[in-house]
Amino acid sequence: MGRVVVEVMPKPEILDPQGKAVVGALPRLGFTQFSGVRQGKRFELEVDGEVTPEILAAAQEAAATLLSNPVIEDVVSVTDASAEVTGATVSA
Amino acid sequence: MSVTGPASGAVAVPGIDGARIGVITFPGTLDDRDAARAVRLAGAEAVSLWHADASLQDVDAVVLPGGFSYGDYLRAGAISRFAPAMAAVVDAAKGGMPVLGICNGFQVLTEAHLLPGSMVKNDHLHFVCREQSLIVENARTAWTNEFRRGQRITIPLKNQDGQFVADERTLDELEGEGRVVFRYDGWNPNGSRRDIAGITNDRGNVVGLMPHPEHAVEAGFGPASAEGPRAGVDGLTFFTSVLSSLVHA
Repeated sequence: MGRVVVEVMPKPEILDPQGKAVVGALPRLGFTQFSGVRQGKRFELEVDGEVTPEILAAAQEAAATLLSNPVIEDVVSVTDASAEVTGATVSA
Repeated sequence: MSVTGPASGAVAVPGIDGARIGVITFPGTLDDRDAARAVRLAGAEAVSLWHADASLQDVDAVVLPGGFSYGDYLRAGAISRFAPAMAAVVDAAKGGMPVLGICNGFQVLTEAHLLPGSMVKNDHLHFVCREQSLIVENARTAWTNEFRRGQRITIPLKNQDGQFVADERTLDELEGEGRVVFRYDGWNPNGSRRDIAGITNDRGNVVGLMPHPEHAVEAGFGPASAEGPRAGVDGLTFFTSVLSSLVHA
């Protein structure tokens, strides 16, 4: 089974109220290292077969038309993530 | 469930007999019944429309009511915008049919690109519910022609994603073309750019706003006014305005 990952972020010029709330909460837990937070969205689109260039193109179109609103958001990446193992932890 | 038929006590306004105004219900819409009641109190027939139905049943105007269509999933209004009824609304709006988007309906209109800009979460992150004073900036649209420019009105406001945003060029265009219809008066309740509460398209037939005119249409159930508590009926003028615009169309 293949998977395409789409990442969407609020545009830099749009104030991100949720990110602001998160950055305000971090120091209360002792995380004083972080001066800013922006919160975005990650979509995992699953396909039955493998991710072909056509499927990737369709994902790009879906990202631009439905998954993001170009007035307030940017699509930052559309990638074939079929190799990623579900639930795997990412080592630093 | 039917929301058609005149409300008891509705006064028929001469010349608008037979005007039919559609109110679209999406999954998660909350204020369709109030919008239909506002239509009837203004003297027109309210026609209940279903989001999955591509036909607008030959209505003369359409209201997209408030609520949380599709639970605001993805973005407020983002999924509703692709409903079959919306394809018909986009066509009709481009042909000049009056369309009013209230709150979530405004969000649907921006997602459908009938109006520019978008709404994001309130700058203070809280849900806000209050009686909101507005300044009428444009009294020439299909939905505001019975107001006076500069008039102050009070109608309820209730939202969490009500912060109107657009790039500076779009904001300048809206201002320059007189397409800002309402501005928040006294206090900006959600951080909206340039205090904008409602806007219109270049033709003036499509209007979207965050506050709720349909909740201020009947004495006893509206916001406080000079006439007394809950006596405010400023919202009714939206619906009588569209009826006069239909008569003079």
